[in-house]
Amino acid sequence: MSIIQKTATEQLALLQAGELTSVELTQAYLDRIEQVDGSIGAFLRVESDSALQQAATIDAKRSAGDSLGKLAGLPVAIKDILCTKDTPTTCGSRMLEHFQPPYNATAVEKLLSADAVILGRTNMDEFAMGSSTENSAYQTTQNPWDITRIPGGSSGGAAACVAADMAPLSLGTDTGGSIRQPAALCGCVGLKPTYGRVSRYGLIAFASSLDQIGPLARTVDDTALLLEVLAGYDPLDSTSVNRETPAYSQTVHQPLEGLTLGVVEQHFSEGIDAEVATSVQQAIQVYQSLGATIKSIEMPHADYGIATYYIIAPCEASSNLARYDGAHYGYRTDQAEVLAELAEDGSDEGPLVRMYRKTRSEGFGSEVQRRIMLGTYALSEGYYEAFYLKALKVRRLIRQDYDRAFEQVDLIIGPVTANPAFAKGEKTSDPMAMYLEDLYTVTANLAGVAGISLPCGFTSAGLPVGLQLQSAPFEEEKLLRAAQMYQSATDFHSRRPELS
Amino acid sequence: MSLTRQDVEKVALLARLKFDDEGLDKMTSHMVQIVEYVDKLSELNTDDVEPMAHALDVFNALAEDEPRASLPREEALRNAPKNDDEYFRVPAVLGE
Repeated sequence: MSIIQKTATEQLALLQAGELTSVELTQAYLDRIEQVDGSIGAFLRVESDSALQQAATIDAKRSAGDSLGKLAGLPVAIKDILCTKDTPTTCGSRMLEHFQPPYNATAVEKLLSADAVILGRTNMDEFAMGSSTENSAYQTTQNPWDITRIPGGSSGGAAACVAADMAPLSLGTDTGGSIRQPAALCGCVGLKPTYGRVSRYGLIAFASSLDQIGPLARTVDDTALLLEVLAGYDPLDSTSVNRETPAYSQTVHQPLEGLTLGVVEQHFSEGIDAEVATSVQQAIQVYQSLGATIKSIEMPHADYGIATYYIIAPCEASSNLARYDGAHYGYRTDQAEVLAELAEDGSDEGPLVRMYRKTRSEGFGSEVQRRIMLGTYALSEGYYEAFYLKALKVRRLIRQDYDRAFEQVDLIIGPVTANPAFAKGEKTSDPMAMYLEDLYTVTANLAGVAGISLPCGFTSAGLPVGLQLQSAPFEEEKLLRAAQMYQSATDFHSRRPELS
Repeated sequence: MSLTRQDVEKVALLARLKFDDEGLDKMTSHMVQIVEYVDKLSELNTDDVEPMAHALDVFNALAEDEPRASLPREEALRNAPKNDDEYFRVPAVLGE
């Protein structure tokens, strides 16, 4: 077995035992990227030189007997939405093509102080808006299980690089399902932490009350290891919560006794693919065979999740993205063209306003513009109460559904998506069809609870199926331990796509 | 409440975006479709429900009132499309 097929936890043990160096491991991943990323397109930029330098520094520290961080020597890929000092951070947008942040995101700082090696930046839907990574301004990413299909999104590059063994660990972000959905469609593990568990400082904002950074990996124990490093209070993010971080990687192998899992009947009603439903039902049976009790629960407002989300998220986005004004940082249109345009159409708009409008229309892609428009509309005079305020009230009802459910069960179990990975181009001209991809995932973001996606089967066409577990806020330890129970009883996580 | 092309044009100005004729038609048709869908929320009676803006009950998370170093001006201006080493430069705001 080649070194890159081992899990991060196994690689870490070899590094600690002195049987493997970080330079060897990093080089093995760089070789793999060189070999297969031409057909996958997971990475926007591979940082070979700095990765090998970091690896050599960590190897030298180890030889000298210095104390090392929890990820010492392990390569990690980063979604191109996390600010990294003096290094391009594009957010998949032309708007930020030449942006080099003057500071590091806390998540990046945490990786560096854990002695991880940063391999490169992964592709994503522009500003994390999308479910297929087709909204990237730079390139598409192909699903490693079938390169005619999408990898999911918005963290499509983050999931595809793990699934294709181009990185053992990667960082994604999840606003409505953007970690869990690509993890499901690419057959890897992805966890969206409780809102407030991981600092958002330096995460380029999309919808601030919904965004969370989280880990993607091939196995549950690797996911636990990375979450342990990312989690924790940060005074630089006033919404990060001051709670101790459990030692997830130490407890993940302890099975849970007397586990009660809730199943929502509507998840299996109309619209779900028959093979996806079967795989998820079989996973529920696996839990039963492991001693779990299955209980039917009601989530009466789950069907309103997408409508609520597609008001709240665009409203927050329209406000957050107002900062891209062509003046402070990022793209700006050509000034001579602005003046020529104004002269031509005789508008009394003024050069500054026209500069803003032209800059933003040229710098943002169509999905980002659509969300800014929706949010601006929903917040505008006369519509605020009917849309935004209404959505905030329904958000409360959705949260109450979760609170009631978690009084009866430990975790909620169900599908991540209704269908396996779809064909490239299939949903690009129909925004509503794309939005419905998030049907089973958005409610966790609205309520602020945690969720994990793990591989639970394959369709007859060989496409991965994901299983979702959701927990009450700050119960990630329970989530990971329950996920590990399933992983120990099955082998879906160890299957690999065939790539030339 | 049906959304018209004129409404969309007005929202585009508020959002500091600009569309050509074709873009405006397309945006209008997409927005009509999405607004129709989200209007599904009006089925629910929410008269006695408190709005929930945020998942956490965190109030007044204030930092200690201690001065700390801020970004040097040079750094803050470094990513600006146009600057004169002191200020961000924009097209003339006032008329001649």
